Amino acid sequence: MASLPPIDIPPATTGNGAFDAPADDPNGALFDYLLRLGDDSLVLGQRLSEWTGHAASVEVDLSLANIALDLIGQATLLLDYAGEVEGRGRDGDKLAFHRDVLDFRNCLLVEQPNGDFAQTMARQFLFSTWQRRLLRHLAGSADARIAAIAEKAVKEVTYHAELAAEWVIRLGDGTEESRRRMMDGLEWMARFVPELFEADGLTAFLAERGVAADPDSFRADYEEEVGAVLAAAGLPLLPQQRPILGGRRGHHSEHLGHLLCTMQFLPRTYPEAVW
Amino acid sequence: MYTTELQKTAKVASTEDPDKLAAFEARVAADEFIEPKDWMPEAYRRTLTRQISQHAHSEIVGMLPEGNWITRAPSLRRKAILLAKVQDEAGHGLYLYSAAETLGTSREEMIEALHSGKAKYSTIFNYPTLTWADIGAIGWLVDGAAIMNQVPLQRTSYGPYARAMVRVCKEESFHQRQGYEIMMAMAAGTADQKRMAQDALNRWWWPSLMMFGPPDENSPNTAQSMRWRIKRETNDELRQKFVDITVPQAGALGLTVPDPALGWNEARGHYDFGEIDWEEFYSVVRGEGPVARERMQARREAWEQGAWVREAAAAHAEKHSRKQEAA
Ligand SMILES: [Fe+2]
Ligand SMILES: [Fe+2]
Ligand SMILES: [Fe+2]
Repeated sequence: MASLPPIDIPPATTGNGAFDAPADDPNGALFDYLLRLGDDSLVLGQRLSEWTGHAASVEVDLSLANIALDLIGQATLLLDYAGEVEGRGRDGDKLAFHRDVLDFRNCLLVEQPNGDFAQTMARQFLFSTWQRRLLRHLAGSADARIAAIAEKAVKEVTYHAELAAEWVIRLGDGTEESRRRMMDGLEWMARFVPELFEADGLTAFLAERGVAADPDSFRADYEEEVGAVLAAAGLPLLPQQRPILGGRRGHHSEHLGHLLCTMQFLPRTYPEAVW
Repeated sequence: MYTTELQKTAKVASTEDPDKLAAFEARVAADEFIEPKDWMPEAYRRTLTRQISQHAHSEIVGMLPEGNWITRAPSLRRKAILLAKVQDEAGHGLYLYSAAETLGTSREEMIEALHSGKAKYSTIFNYPTLTWADIGAIGWLVDGAAIMNQVPLQRTSYGPYARAMVRVCKEESFHQRQGYEIMMAMAAGTADQKRMAQDALNRWWWPSLMMFGPPDENSPNTAQSMRWRIKRETNDELRQKFVDITVPQAGALGLTVPDPALGWNEARGHYDFGEIDWEEFYSVVRGEGPVARERMQARREAWEQGAWVREAAAAHAEKHSRKQEAA
């Protein structure tokens, strides 16, 4: 039997599946943390922009484009800063358009497909409610640049969270059909909520230094806030299941690759071009 | 243009009260604004409703060709700019639907007329956006033509329309600039980019000239619309202005306008340009444009698939107001 050539096997990650970022390298940790924040905004902004021109009314179209625009703005600030921290000459565009799935650090929730409008609003509600609380903490970050970005973004995200909560209530309370769709949407997205509160070595390392926020510190508030909106909508609590994780380590759902195909097509096809 | 007369002639019925008609015409001739509650001839109301709703539909359908590229914009900055631009167009659609509603037709009725094919929208949006350069060409040429048309409409005789145009015009110059900027980057870029830029100009040039509508001798409503100050310049006047301004801009980009007959006419002080293929124009007006079916299908699908959302919002508002009454 002919033997196959040997395969270079990369060294196993430390621990039993835990995050393997170099927690003793402050710049590496900060870079990765900024990617998490920036990729969340980028991927959700990209998803929302798929709606443009196809929403239920001009007003809805406007509000979705408006949220997408805010998120792309946040992504630009965060990824540009990530590039500076990394110090290898990459800027926000390089990071957005020239990384593959394994190097994206967004949570799984934001990359979920739009589905119908209820599914889109379920995702927005669960994410923006979390992002607002995170940004409130980050506005007091020991890293002045993160603090400034968060302070600006928290105003935008407050509007996103309010708008989404209003839609959850409207759709939950509206008609038989809208209630059913809202429940389906929430059910689809609920699996990915625990990941938002996943605390790993990197968050712990940066939280200790006052740079990052420990998501666990606002978990109870988040659950209470989500619960209150669902109650106002006459909807049941979110279904519980074993958390699905991986986004923060580059292990995504199947959806992200397709999103990147579309988003990155021009810069990758014409790497020499300036637009 | 967004607002060309593409439909039937406006006949002033002889049943209008001659005194009221005379007073109305005197006010219009004195450049006074007509307001929603003022008396107006039925034909004026009809013409304006058609024109403003057509303009509103154009803003909304116009989101589709550009929306086609938001997810593929080649940089974060370009993506943000295009999102902001398309968001503006949605806003323009809203102001214009509101302005048209002051004449007594509801937004639902107008949208119904669009979806049934009864109402028209600008012919330009029935052409496809094939490459990123098309987004540049649309901003530069299509928004450029829109500005040409809309600046005089800020003094149109119907108050709500004129005021909507003031808000719209403030945003249009940004739209044109971002388009021209895209063209500048591409025309000065790689061979692939230059090819896309020239190809976009080749495809969008003639449809842009068609946006101003049929030639004056075939534009039966122009005289009446000018008299009522609904329109302030004729199709051919606006088209000539557009050519005069745009040709040097193409030159500055190093691109060639696809018209062998194009040339500066010293005596006229204007560019001469070739004959427009009016057969193509009228076929696009009839709904035979290359992507006319796709555009209408997208609009109808958005509307039909969004019906449950609008119903839910209405049902919730209804329940909510009943609760408030009970409280
Ligand atoms: Fe426009
Ligand atoms: Fe517009
Ligand atoms: Fe525009």
